[in-house]
Amino acid sequence: MSHIRIENLTKVYMGRRKKPRGLYDPTEHSGDNVLVLNNISLAFEEGEMVCILGPSGCGKSTLLRIIAGFELPTYGTVMVGDQSVKGPSAQSIFVFQYSGLFPWMNVYQNVGLGLRHMSDQHAKNEQIHEYIEMVELDGFEEYYPHQLSGGMQRRAELARAIAVNPDLLIMDEPFSGLDFLTHMKMREEVVNMHEYIRKTTLVVTHDIDDALIMGDRIVVLSGRPAVLKLVHKLDFPRPRDFERDHDLSRLRSEIFLMLGVPYAV
Amino acid sequence: MWWLGVLSFTLILIAWEVLARCSGWSTQIFPDPLTVVLSLIELIRNGTLIRHTVASLFRVTAGYYLAVLLGVPLGIFLGRIWTARSFFNPVIHFLRPISPLAWIPLAMLWFGIGDPPAVFLIFLASFFPMVVSTTIAVQNIPPTFFQVAANFKFSRKEMITRLILPAIIPEVVTALRLTITIAWLVVVAAEMIAVQSGLGYLILDSRNALRMDYVMDGMIVIGLIGLVLDYLMKRLGKIESARWGSSAR
Repeated sequence: MSHIRIENLTKVYMGRRKKPRGLYDPTEHSGDNVLVLNNISLAFEEGEMVCILGPSGCGKSTLLRIIAGFELPTYGTVMVGDQSVKGPSAQSIFVFQYSGLFPWMNVYQNVGLGLRHMSDQHAKNEQIHEYIEMVELDGFEEYYPHQLSGGMQRRAELARAIAVNPDLLIMDEPFSGLDFLTHMKMREEVVNMHEYIRKTTLVVTHDIDDALIMGDRIVVLSGRPAVLKLVHKLDFPRPRDFERDHDLSRLRSEIFLMLGVPYAV
Repeated sequence: MWWLGVLSFTLILIAWEVLARCSGWSTQIFPDPLTVVLSLIELIRNGTLIRHTVASLFRVTAGYYLAVLLGVPLGIFLGRIWTARSFFNPVIHFLRPISPLAWIPLAMLWFGIGDPPAVFLIFLASFFPMVVSTTIAVQNIPPTFFQVAANFKFSRKEMITRLILPAIIPEVVTALRLTITIAWLVVVAAEMIAVQSGLGYLILDSRNALRMDYVMDGMIVIGLIGLVLDYLMKRLGKIESARWGSSAR
């Protein structure tokens, strides 16, 4: 049985603003409601890393937020394990696009957030240090988020998410706003982390290369209202390289075309 | 560059001395610095100044603490609950621009003579700024943090102690600093009417006795204490847990 099952998921937002007269947008639906996700059905295996691609504003983030329980679907169901998602839970930890670290807590306190109910102080302390070491932030325990670089903040947030030992890790554009090298390193780190803990991980990204290098499976959504365009299992060996792996390269061009860029540069 | 501050005070002192000598006014009307300093020493010696200062500080402390203890929780409540905000906000913004001094007749009628009316006026002056700033601070907390809290299954109590309170501390400390100045401003005015002690009373009483040097003594002490209060509040903002706001936003 698959770990996450999404069935006939549809999300409609109530449009609050009145549309200005004379502006007719054919993609907008009648009335004031905005259809964001249209009848999406997906199933992911336990332990898979799934990368969700789509043009900006297509509802990728909405999909993640529904899976995380921050928002409810208009129609359809989302099942994580054998339970349908009713609200936020410590089993599905969300890693935010912009730092979700609490700025008034240092790295140690932030990472320890999910372990705060542990009664054995010694074991708790040890575990927190283990996760901090895992993301190579040892020595920075006493630092506050604003004293860390962008990449270090992401790593700290990653450590905080993994420390809860969730069944499901949800990342919304985890590399946005990072410089090129940090982006590459962070990507490698996420892949290694996933190899190591083997938890189901959902990553939303707009970067096709990220998705192809990282994912065990990729999902491509269309522009709004989002419908499924492609679900593809990636069986390519790691480390992946576009130049050596011609199938991967062909798939890359195909996806570029699918997302409206006719030539892959 | 602390000595620049000292320099500005020295320049004012010199200008004062020159003005006192050249204006031709008598010391009764425009006392020179030396007269003022001598009378200041006299007031400190005979204990009058200490007594009045303690009386004023007591009233400010009482009214200010009362305002903070009631204002911050109400601000948090209003910041979090939309309906409460719509219900209370019009009243708060209606009462806010009414100067606390306009309340003096009512305060005296309700609370009589003595400390209570003065404390009440200081409370009024400090309460509304505290409520309004706390409300805004709570509304400014990024929604992401509440989602993180939901994700990590924060209890109601943790929501307050681990999220809302630390998140608003930087803005509340700024509000505390601005509000203590307002409270100190109002206590002097209140003491000119309702009481028989305090620095405001000292000034009023000295005017009636035509002792302008005592009036100036009162003003100097008020200024100095204001300076100290502001300094203490600034120190409060330098505590580590309150400081994250300065560079994080």
